[in-house]
Amino acid sequence: MLPLRFRRVTMSARVLVGVKRVIDYAVKIRVKPDRTGVVTDGVKHSMNPFCEIAVEEAVKLKEKKLVKEVVAVSCGPQQVQETIRTALAMGADRGIHVEVSGKDYETLGPLQVSKIFAALAKKEQADLIILGKQAIDDDCNQTGQMTAALLDWPQGTFASEVTLEADKLKVVREIDGGLETIKIKLPAVVTADLRLNTPRYATLPNIMKAKKKKIVNVKPADLGVDVSSRLEVLKVDEPPQRQSGVKVETVHDLVEKLKEAGRI
Amino acid sequence: MLLRKVTQSPAICTSVLRLRPAVLDKNVVGSDTTMTAEKVDKAANVESKSFAVNMFKGQISTSQVFPFPSVLNEEQSQFLKELVGPCSKFFEEVNDPMKNDALEKVEELTMEGLKEMGAFGLQVPADLGGVGLTNTQYARLVEIVGMHDLGVGITLGAHQSIGFKGILLFGNPQQKEKYLPKLATGEHVAAFCLTEPASGSDAASIKTSAVRSPCGQYYTMNGSKIWISNGGIAEIFTVFAKTPMKDEKTGEMKDKITAFIVERSFGGVTHGPPEKKMGIKASNTAEVYFENVRVPAECVLGEVGGGFKVAMNILNNGRFGMAAALSGTMKGVIAKAVDHAANRTQFGNKIHNYGAIQEKMARMAMLQYVTESMAYMVSGNMDSGATEFQIEAAISKIFASEAAWLVTDECIQVMGGMGFMKDAGVERVLRDLRIFRIFEGTNDILRLFVALNGFQNAGNQLKSLQKALKNPFGNAGVLATEITKRAKRKAGLGTGLTLQGTVHPELNHSGELTVKAIEQFGAVIEELLLKHGKRIIDEQFVLKRVADCAIDLYAMVVVLSRASRSLSQGHPSAQHEKMLCETWCTEAHERVMQDIKFLRSGTSKQIFKNLRAISAAVVENGGVVSPHPLGF
Repeated sequence: MLPLRFRRVTMSARVLVGVKRVIDYAVKIRVKPDRTGVVTDGVKHSMNPFCEIAVEEAVKLKEKKLVKEVVAVSCGPQQVQETIRTALAMGADRGIHVEVSGKDYETLGPLQVSKIFAALAKKEQADLIILGKQAIDDDCNQTGQMTAALLDWPQGTFASEVTLEADKLKVVREIDGGLETIKIKLPAVVTADLRLNTPRYATLPNIMKAKKKKIVNVKPADLGVDVSSRLEVLKVDEPPQRQSGVKVETVHDLVEKLKEAGRI
Repeated sequence: MLLRKVTQSPAICTSVLRLRPAVLDKNVVGSDTTMTAEKVDKAANVESKSFAVNMFKGQISTSQVFPFPSVLNEEQSQFLKELVGPCSKFFEEVNDPMKNDALEKVEELTMEGLKEMGAFGLQVPADLGGVGLTNTQYARLVEIVGMHDLGVGITLGAHQSIGFKGILLFGNPQQKEKYLPKLATGEHVAAFCLTEPASGSDAASIKTSAVRSPCGQYYTMNGSKIWISNGGIAEIFTVFAKTPMKDEKTGEMKDKITAFIVERSFGGVTHGPPEKKMGIKASNTAEVYFENVRVPAECVLGEVGGGFKVAMNILNNGRFGMAAALSGTMKGVIAKAVDHAANRTQFGNKIHNYGAIQEKMARMAMLQYVTESMAYMVSGNMDSGATEFQIEAAISKIFASEAAWLVTDECIQVMGGMGFMKDAGVERVLRDLRIFRIFEGTNDILRLFVALNGFQNAGNQLKSLQKALKNPFGNAGVLATEITKRAKRKAGLGTGLTLQGTVHPELNHSGELTVKAIEQFGAVIEELLLKHGKRIIDEQFVLKRVADCAIDLYAMVVVLSRASRSLSQGHPSAQHEKMLCETWCTEAHERVMQDIKFLRSGTSKQIFKNLRAISAAVVENGGVVSPHPLGF
């Protein structure tokens, strides 16, 4: 007789997947003239690549019948609905759009987002949260970890392989030293790394089907979350232009030059 | 009093009284119409909304061209936006055009991906398993395909734009339910089978036969088709064959074309090896043979004997797709040319600073702008329910195919030696493009079609004018207007036509240039009709030039419409578009006026005579006639 918990996990497991709308990776980023941020108006946006991997993993689990429902969540203004729709086209069942706009959206960061996710996880009775390891715009790499902490759930970050075994998750993590394999109990938070999977292309018929799937609107206040930021961006600059190098004749010259530059 | 007015201006009187009905035969080369005398009369009485039709009459009908059509509602627009991303991504990341070209076949993985993506049933209704796109939505996606891989574009286009379009347009509910679902998923691929070794442009002369069985349950088909795209991989063929039919009136047996849906599984359908081509190598082109194929009577598409109409409608319906795809192709190569010109330094400057390069870039941009505007104008008209767009569709095909060739050729020129190298990816595009001026109606035939169709409509108007003359008092108003118009035109005064108020005020000058050109065009059309009457059909030297004018005029109007819209909507690019529009209109106006002047001059007659003679001599000699300058 399977333990009650196992049966609950396999029959009714719900996965929350976070998807972030970011500037498309192929776009050439330009800093705004007032140096308060980067130009976003009229610029091509798409789903954060690591979030795509997260959605793919969740959908795969559903296809293997290991979880029952995949819910895609995004925080931001009206436009993030496009990102949620992409997740729905990939196979998520429904979406939640947490409305954050204007100044609040500009200052929205991992701490507020993780609070939102924690609240949603409780509200939706999620068993698993899968997020991308980081977003390609801010490179914070914090949301997954903070969410787990707020919920007091175990976390498997930088996942390159995830296997569901009874009510535990075996996660192979990509770390500096190589690969680390851990086993964590559900409910848990997993963050997806590059090699976890190859996201499927949204097919046109699936995009059509996705039109019928529901996206529900929610405000942070409804979840009891305060989205005000404790951080203030002072300025945003482009990285310094690469300076041309200097050629030297001998190794001796090289050592001298390095000493001069204070490098050794 | 009216008669006195008429007799007082002898020139107009004689020309008006010399009106001859210039009604043209139904066997006009390349014509898509099988108009009988009754239909012609009807057409003359119904006002046409088509801009091109009216332009030949020296009139301006703006309903289909101003404002620039905006046919997608919020939902359709939103849906389309969602499709563009994944589609582009697939072509950027999965499809490998160079590999496809080298293998002379679309890679298996790519084909599978395209089928899964739904790319094989874009216009099949959703309830039959397709994506259910409108023409405009389809155009937008086909633009993406055109930008990346024309070989794949033709594979998809031969399948859905013409291969099974017949079923969409003429199929009965049973045929649609039976065939469309598998065609939409790509499980079955389709092909359009019209061309035969002895019948290319002369489509009406095909010899493949389909003889009805005595019991009437099936037809036996025999014949062979050549150069059939997807011929080697298709399961479903739209085949055009001659069926012997009894003429209702005379009782004699006549051969008329009927369209059939033929399944390879019927047996007797075989194909030859893939043809080795200059371009679109990834697309399969093969001969298809029909040997005693039993085609059930339920597989007749449309009416028995109505096959020619089916064929022409299918081709007409798919033409806008070509303009859309090619506008995408041009965007792609222009980006490559720009990238090169902006980064290549010669003589101490980036080469885009040099006039020679600047002119090339500007002309490329203008040609792309015109093509794109035409594509979406035509698709917008079709989606709005217009029934008369065959002249515009033909113009867009001619323009797009020639513009794309010129633009890609110039792109290679800008890139210099690099452009000539395979790795740059542009020489492949040029090779792929060559066929676009040939298939789906050669540009030469389509020019004749544009001109003759235009003459036919103008001729009908003259015919009704002739009728009015028989009862001048009853038609005093009409006659007075017509006489005044011609008098003004002959005097070089405007006839009151104007685009002011229709185009954006900043484009008024270009609008006036267009109006002047249309007025003179209408005049020369009438003059030519009066001069040649029915024999205009054979004056191909004249017809070509008339068509060129028509193309330029439609192009002018299309960019005026698009630029007006951008200006009215305050687009950031509006001023740039204004420049494109004004430059195009100025140059097009010059070309049109030159052509008209030439057609009116005595020189043209001599030149045409010479051209004819030169050609005859060369043909007789089996090659160039003049002996070698060295004498041997």
